[in-house]
Amino acid sequence: MSAEAYLRPKRGLASPLTGVIPEEVRQTWFYKFLLFPVGQMIIFIVGASAVLTLLAYLVALLVPEPRPGIVLADQISRQLPGMIISGITIGFVYSMVALGYTLVYGVLKFINFAHSEIFMVGAVTGYEIMLRIQEAGLLQQMSPFMLVPTLVIGSGLLAGLLAVLIERVAYRPLRGAPRLVPLITAIGLSFVLQDVVRAFFSLTRNAFNLTYPLNNLEWLRAPVRLTFGEANVNVRVTSILIVVSAVIMLVALNYFVNGTKWGRAIRATSQDQTMAGLLGINVNLMISLTFFLGGSLGGASGALYGLNIGTVTPYVGFIPGLKAFTAAVLGGIGNLTGALLGGLTLGIIESFLNGILVYFPALGTRYTDIFTFSILILILIFRPSGLLGEKVDEKV
Amino acid sequence: MAAASIPQNPVQDFLKKPINVTLAMIAYVVVTTVAMVLISNSRQAALYPLFNMIGFTAFILSPILIISIPAPNLWRGLLLVAFVFFVVPVIGLVNTAYLELAIQISLFAGMALGLNIVVGFAGLLDLGYVAFFASGAYLWGMFTSEANTVFRQNGWTVDPANFYAFLVLGIIVAAIIGILLGSPVIRLKGDYLAIVTLGFGELIRILARNLDQPVNLTNGSQGLHSIGRPPLPDFLQSLTDGVADFFQIPLAAPGPIARQLMFYFLAIGLIGLIIVVARSLEESPIGRAWTAIREDEVAARAMGVSLVRMKLLAFATGASFGGAVGVLYAAKQTFIDPTSFGLLQSIGILVMVIVGGMGNIKGVLLGAMIITLVDQHILNNLSALIRAAVPTLPSSLDPTKYQPFIFGLLLVLMMIFRPAGLLPAARRRLELLAEREEKIEEEPKTKKVK
Repeated sequence: MSAEAYLRPKRGLASPLTGVIPEEVRQTWFYKFLLFPVGQMIIFIVGASAVLTLLAYLVALLVPEPRPGIVLADQISRQLPGMIISGITIGFVYSMVALGYTLVYGVLKFINFAHSEIFMVGAVTGYEIMLRIQEAGLLQQMSPFMLVPTLVIGSGLLAGLLAVLIERVAYRPLRGAPRLVPLITAIGLSFVLQDVVRAFFSLTRNAFNLTYPLNNLEWLRAPVRLTFGEANVNVRVTSILIVVSAVIMLVALNYFVNGTKWGRAIRATSQDQTMAGLLGINVNLMISLTFFLGGSLGGASGALYGLNIGTVTPYVGFIPGLKAFTAAVLGGIGNLTGALLGGLTLGIIESFLNGILVYFPALGTRYTDIFTFSILILILIFRPSGLLGEKVDEKV
Repeated sequence: MAAASIPQNPVQDFLKKPINVTLAMIAYVVVTTVAMVLISNSRQAALYPLFNMIGFTAFILSPILIISIPAPNLWRGLLLVAFVFFVVPVIGLVNTAYLELAIQISLFAGMALGLNIVVGFAGLLDLGYVAFFASGAYLWGMFTSEANTVFRQNGWTVDPANFYAFLVLGIIVAAIIGILLGSPVIRLKGDYLAIVTLGFGELIRILARNLDQPVNLTNGSQGLHSIGRPPLPDFLQSLTDGVADFFQIPLAAPGPIARQLMFYFLAIGLIGLIIVVARSLEESPIGRAWTAIREDEVAARAMGVSLVRMKLLAFATGASFGGAVGVLYAAKQTFIDPTSFGLLQSIGILVMVIVGGMGNIKGVLLGAMIITLVDQHILNNLSALIRAAVPTLPSSLDPTKYQPFIFGLLLVLMMIFRPAGLLPAARRRLELLAEREEKIEEEPKTKKVK
């Protein structure tokens, strides 16, 4: 990929819309760092949902009655809002993890396989923090606006620092080695992290199936009722919490990367390390910072994921990590906007698959993962640069 | 090596003579063998796990030492044959646990050699190698298991006497699966290929787990039980009895032990075959094409190497070894289920290749030996020792539970400190050294020029 392509805000998809906005507005802080990124997310969500809804109805047209007595089109219509909302929820989690892969790929050009375990560390840290709060007897008093930021910031910080440590200990000595060497190290590290976490929790908590203490929280259990025309949809509070926290973090990341001096230094490092070094940028510091950013996003999304599914284990990172990697590749690895688009699209695809495959007796939802994974293979074969990436020329 | 550059060492000088080193080797084998017999007869001793751990490790490393000594090929060959076909079976009769370990080592060595073709020779990182192993194992399992699959229901099962035909069939089926899985992804760059193959490994496992519906092919997560075993030849039974009589070894169960011996010889025969194939491939134009691809794809293509064909060939060859081992594994275990074919198994085989030395057959054998020993022998004994010393130790600190941790740590440490492995392939060592030293100043030459 040409050097300029990395980490630069991509405007390709949204340009027909942004074109009508006057130049003065486009230069304002409000537009650049708030309106534009949030608008982008909304466009991605609407676009992906629309395309997938069409596809779902196409399936319904081809197979009207997968099971006797069940009309697929009716089922889809009934479940549509619910599927989209759960898709967005998991999609934001994938997006944030995918950003970790993409940020590191941007600066070091290698796939940080251990990132899925950073996500896992975030998830178990969230559990530990929440349990500590409960043991202190404060869980009932805490409002969601206190609890969720505590979880997210705590897990994010720890996971970010862990990512920096991993880079320093395991990846920095290998810089300049053949491409497969750091990849093998990363695979090794992910096993080490899994076992260390398992040992820690089986020693301190005597278990490694860690269930978030969510049962006593009244505000969490009562669903929020939304009305779409005639259909009523019950939205879980955790979904709303995840989406809101994710949007805040993604907007903050966008500001950091595109609006600050540090962000500019990171982008410079990703374009050309030697040149960035010559211009007085501390390249090693910038690489550490990138790992911190990616790691803390991964850790925070781990805590949110834990809130969403309730029970986490030391092995919880593998499948979401693989899916987030798929999302990063789907969007175009190395491209931040691509990670967002890929994550949201993949989340919605998965939720639609879950909703529809139930009605096919021969398949069932247990094949959802295979379908999601086939997407990765298909993209890698037909468009390895992803949806938003540029064509990669092999260097000789 | 550093040790070779010290000419004044009298032990070194003594061991340079073929006759001396061969005699020393025979002495080593005799001492470790006697030690094994003594250890086997002292199971009540408090330090039995320690002796067991060290003794068997020293004993089973003999073949690697034998092929490493500077002696004529004939001597080494005779010594090796004597060790593999006589000493190990006899020790195995004394203590069947050792025979089981020797079989496991041979099976894993076969797989590691197969993966070595893909990773070591052609430089394609395959993280889903266990898929081929699984396809071989399930091939034999589905056709002979007594589980209630469609094969049993429709009477498609075959007589276990067809084992040898299925060994060949396993090779063919695994090679075809290798080509099918390989062809869509073979154009991908190294790290993408690694992740896609990882996914394929998982995919095969998910299929094995879920293909009990709508038609029961694999019996799902319950696994296939009572898988058929090849019939025991009569001469092996009488030979076992005869040898046991001669050495006055009391056999607890002559039938099962003779069967274990049959599997041992089958496994040894299989890795012998794999080594011969791998070596001749390595030195053939195909092997040179693989090396060229591994070193520089663009240059290889410019020299007229067909990348797709050669990479697929590497995939298919590696896969076929895995398939053959899979058939043998299923017949030996008589039970397989999807958990035997997870990512950890793939990584375990990769660790063998990397610890031993990518691309070096002897190194890979050593790696398979060390990792299998750590996994199935050393950790168990260590755990027994620790539990004897500290009875209050929480079970979560039991060393046997830290197999993934050890695999992971080995991968990280090997990559940082010794990326070419314990016994590096000559070319690989040069390549990795060159890349490391590009930035470092030229080191003072320590090698003696003869």
